[in-house]
Amino acid sequence: MTLTPGGTTHRRTLRWQTAKVVSVRDETPRARTFRLALPEPRPHLPGQYYVVRLTAPDGYTAQRDYSVASAPDDSGEIELTVERLDDGEVSEFLHEVVVPGDELEVRGPIGAFGWDGSGPALLVGGGSGVVPLMAILRHARRLGRSELVRLLVSVRSPEDLYYADELPGPETTVIYTRQAPPGTQRPTGRLTVADVAPLVRGDETAYVCGSAGFAETATAALLEAGVPAERIRVERFGPSG
Amino acid sequence: MAGITRGFVGKRRERDPRLPPGQYDARDEWPVLHAEATPHIPTDRWTFTIEGLVENTVTWNWDEIHALPRSRYEGDIHCVTTWSKLGMTFDGVSVDTLLAAARPLPSATHAMAVSHTGYTTNLPLDDLTGGKAWVVWAADGKPLDTIHGGPARLLVPHLYFWKSAKWVAGLRLMDHDEPGFWERNGYHDRGDPWAEQRYQGD
Repeated sequence: MTLTPGGTTHRRTLRWQTAKVVSVRDETPRARTFRLALPEPRPHLPGQYYVVRLTAPDGYTAQRDYSVASAPDDSGEIELTVERLDDGEVSEFLHEVVVPGDELEVRGPIGAFGWDGSGPALLVGGGSGVVPLMAILRHARRLGRSELVRLLVSVRSPEDLYYADELPGPETTVIYTRQAPPGTQRPTGRLTVADVAPLVRGDETAYVCGSAGFAETATAALLEAGVPAERIRVERFGPSG
Repeated sequence: MAGITRGFVGKRRERDPRLPPGQYDARDEWPVLHAEATPHIPTDRWTFTIEGLVENTVTWNWDEIHALPRSRYEGDIHCVTTWSKLGMTFDGVSVDTLLAAARPLPSATHAMAVSHTGYTTNLPLDDLTGGKAWVVWAADGKPLDTIHGGPARLLVPHLYFWKSAKWVAGLRLMDHDEPGFWERNGYHDRGDPWAEQRYQGD
């Protein structure tokens, strides 16, 4: 098995910059997207993340990593979608306090999880794990290369689905683990190899993102469906809040 | 000092002095964050090799490494994603014991830790010697879970935890520094949590 860097090689110093919140919108009752204007924008590889750092008047800081949901473009702006976690020190603050016009310290883009647009990609996301995969889907659509990408999203119920207006398309599949919309043929339940196998083409790189538990389930299904381990990249979302 | 964030005071005000700056206590959680599919490596196929700038290239199998003198680490671990776990116990063998068998050449200054998945991470040799690093197969008295790097992982607890390669396969000693997996992707070459060396340039 080999694990090669999925992203670009970058060894540059990652400076903090002060981003301005341009807009805020709700994706679900627990997820909110923050659009940030960057004074020093840097193109990200779709899939990468930014660090957000909060600083209290006494110098106490808390920082967390959030995946970029937007595709790289020349707007000088990025979108971060943040799931609100119970007792999450940073996510609660972002949801409850931050409004357009506020400033946030950020640095990035960071991370080895990313798609450069050059080859077929199978994206498998659980819950909030769809965020970096949405950046990839949006990038593929912008490039006019959406045939390269297949996206499978697993959510508990329709109200937990991020980007619900934008997701539907020939390249996307949504499965429901607890409660499905009326008329859904697939019985509700966890992702299995039967969900993944029809999407496997044989030459793709798979990108899995979600909780550690989801990542284990999804990678096991992909391996069983014949995707070799060296072509599976995983971004595990921690419970850090 | 960084700019103050409007309205932020923070929730976790009581700081355990064992927490480096910017870290929080994960308590009962032990987050799992590796970037590859979890490999399931039976102990009869696990090996650990020290190679490169050594007098003896040495490979230990599971039984052979267990026959070496045991060594325990009791203390804290710190992940770059800002969680720390306090008061953990790991059992295994000291990297000093392993290096003594391989006998590094005087020219060796750095090591690349290599994992059975192909994961790599670079370390100065000084950070692997002097009782600061282990190969461990038990955490808090139980066999190390696969998701945490079992059957055995490197443990270098005074550095951020991505240096403690899961499913460790060996060390390659070098006369120069060379970035590993995360280090090629912007992470710091050394990763001292007390200096908050998270990314290049910190």
